[in-house]
Amino acid sequence: MKWDEFFVTGDPLIYGADVSIVLTMAGILFYMTRYKKWKWLWTEWLTTVDHKKLGIMYIVSAVLMLFRGGVDALLMRTQLAVPEAKFLDSQHYNEIFTTHGTIMIIFMAMPFLIGIINVVVPLQIGARDVAYPYLNAVSFWTFFIGAMLFNISFVIGGSPSAGWTSYMPLASNELSPGPGQNYYLWGLQIAGIGTLLTGINFLVTILKMRAPGMTLFRMPMFTWSSLVTMVIIIFAFPILTVALALMSFDRLFGSHFFTLQGEGMDMLWANLFWLWGHPEVYIVILPAFGIFSEIISTFSKKTLFGYKAMIWSMLLIAGYSFLVWVHHFFTMGSGAAVNSVFSITTMAIGIPTGVKIFNWLFTMYRGKIQFTTPMLWSLGFIVNFVVGGVTGVMLAMAAADYQYHNTYFLVSHFHYVLIAGTVFGCFAGLIYWYPKMFGYKLNERIGKWVFWLFTIGFNVCFMPQYFLGLDGMPRRVYTYSEESGWGPLNMLSTIGGFMMGIAFLVLVYNMYYSFRFAKRETTGDAWGGRTLEWSTPAAMPPFYNFAKIPEVTGLDHFWRQKQEGKVEKLTAKDIKKIHMPNNSGVPFIMGSFFFVLGFGFVFDWMWMAIIGLIGVIGTLIYRSFEYDDGYYVSVEEVIETEKISK
Amino acid sequence: MANKTEVNGHGGFPWKHLVGFVLSIVLTLFALWVALGTDLSLTWILIIIFGFAFLQAALQLLMFMHVTENSTNTKLTGRVQVGNILFAAFVAIVIVIGSVWVMTAGHAKHDKHDKPKTENRENHGGEHDSEEHGSH
Ligand code: HEM
Ligand SMILES: [Cu+2]
Repeated sequence: MKWDEFFVTGDPLIYGADVSIVLTMAGILFYMTRYKKWKWLWTEWLTTVDHKKLGIMYIVSAVLMLFRGGVDALLMRTQLAVPEAKFLDSQHYNEIFTTHGTIMIIFMAMPFLIGIINVVVPLQIGARDVAYPYLNAVSFWTFFIGAMLFNISFVIGGSPSAGWTSYMPLASNELSPGPGQNYYLWGLQIAGIGTLLTGINFLVTILKMRAPGMTLFRMPMFTWSSLVTMVIIIFAFPILTVALALMSFDRLFGSHFFTLQGEGMDMLWANLFWLWGHPEVYIVILPAFGIFSEIISTFSKKTLFGYKAMIWSMLLIAGYSFLVWVHHFFTMGSGAAVNSVFSITTMAIGIPTGVKIFNWLFTMYRGKIQFTTPMLWSLGFIVNFVVGGVTGVMLAMAAADYQYHNTYFLVSHFHYVLIAGTVFGCFAGLIYWYPKMFGYKLNERIGKWVFWLFTIGFNVCFMPQYFLGLDGMPRRVYTYSEESGWGPLNMLSTIGGFMMGIAFLVLVYNMYYSFRFAKRETTGDAWGGRTLEWSTPAAMPPFYNFAKIPEVTGLDHFWRQKQEGKVEKLTAKDIKKIHMPNNSGVPFIMGSFFFVLGFGFVFDWMWMAIIGLIGVIGTLIYRSFEYDDGYYVSVEEVIETEKISK
Repeated sequence: MANKTEVNGHGGFPWKHLVGFVLSIVLTLFALWVALGTDLSLTWILIIIFGFAFLQAALQLLMFMHVTENSTNTKLTGRVQVGNILFAAFVAIVIVIGSVWVMTAGHAKHDKHDKPKTENRENHGGEHDSEEHGSH
């Protein structure tokens, strides 16, 4: 392979990206060296096993990915703004919708939520860390490396272009030659390891590490939603792992699982992909439901209405989510019987979701509602998500889907659920728990601007797309003719897209503004919260979270303590020494070897893949012989930390 | 706290894991040999390797996945274990039976591209009353 094949060449946009990447790198290198931050970076972040820091790193990465995916989105919207535009050619457009979709789902939505889960769940259940802190770091680094591997594709080797669904035979060697599609396979495979480990880690954490007295039916709703999500992850992700592995075999070693030749079954890929893919959409929505539940309850000053109904509907969803996958390919032609069955299961799964909407409404009913920004996002969610849900039921009717399938109607539908559900949830959760992570709130006034700009922009962008879809505009086309008459609505949609882009920039500005000027919190209870994460004396909990593990007596324990004036004050004799895990650089190193491995496979350079593989196995062996029992935080240190933070 | 009590509590050489590991590899190699190195009929090959697959799954559940572990100290663990196994069975059945059904019903069976054309037509004739032709 020659160098000019290795680097992507010939497109001014890409050269621009090259330049900005080099400049950013140089800037970071300069800053870190100038201010002597390397050691700090290594000891405080790269080697940490603290769930709060890992959570923050997840969220920072997710926000960066939101930026990247957002730039992709706006490039596409620019190209589509007017008929027959020449901004992007068809291949480039294909690459961009592929990276946009993949990044938004796998490297933005999931890590954002997993980041919030990391920060919040151990605090909510009164634990000092997760069950396997070291494994948690491995999760983060495999996710991060997978994401980086996928992201460099657009400057090195070329991006995948077969859509985020990568249907065969389009994604095969014959129709998608070159390393692009391999990036998809290995980026997702490596990140998938991290997700699976997170699933196991948090399942065990929630089942085993709850504070005394916190029975399952006393857990906060966000913890419940995380628990159910982890169960879905554990059962759904192996399907993706296997499917990706089989496609990798097809591409690298000439096997015939999904190929056209050799009795391969190309449609089996679609089948397996969606067997994972539909549970995946619940993986990215259930935690958001949990976030909204917490926020709506807090700012209505009421216990969540129908707590148990919420839980049962989530458990039902967990089971159902494995029974609806065919609705993604009704038009494949599996026949009337198959389509009818999956049509019915799909409509049925709407019922538990509907139950939840009513639970939120009844929670607010007669509550003293405070219109804080997290609450605004939650209200915006209810309204907009219902639009997404209703159009979802329309798509569920197999016969009607023949009309909607592969049009902008579908594009609009899934953005209404993914943005109004998942993204609103991520923003709401980020703002709500921001004081827990950084010790101050984001500015509320700017926050309201962000909310209105984003929500209005969102509707301006995607509402017209329903009508474009009904008018026959297909999805994944890079341009359309003047005569089609789709021009005006597309222009409107693009304007809305840019409004969302601006809203994102204002959000980032708000982070900077609040960092500079926001009033620092003096207590741990920034919003008048109900659950244990708000009960720490300091705004930001110390690394061991709780000096004394709380004893829980019921739902909304902290809230009731406050009402009854019984919030415990710590005294020196409550303090015992605390056992904590040691930091470790091994997960980071293991991640780096994963990168070598992935990169080798992407370019079919087996020597490099083997080096990476040996490295990964080596770190595993190293870990197996490492007798690291963690360490104890002395009573004096705990007392001192608690006094300082009081 | 994390790993407080368990850190070095494993004790002894992990024979169980080693045996499980070796047996898994042996079963895999054997399946490979049956598929590539013998000239049994396709049906028999499938039956045998499916048999091995079930054996290996059982082996892994026993040797690595603590399926027999019975920590009765809390009622919860027992219930979680049972729920877990039932849900796993449910998902496995859905994946296998569901996929077979979806992939063999209606037009989807045309995916066997290498099959002689005539056979394809026959299947087609039997099924297509209820279906659209538009999707082809
Ligand atoms: C600024 C907000 C966004 C805009 C303007 C936007 C715009 C677009 C556009 C123009 C397409 C391509 C449509 C086509 O050509 O078929 C697309 C596809 C897609 N988007 Fe977005 N999007 C946004 C946010 C998101 C978010 C937050 C997610 C997920 C969490 C997401 C997930 C997807 C997926 C999965 C696809 C399908 C990709 C494919 O066809 O393979 N988008 N989006
Ligand atoms: Cu689905």
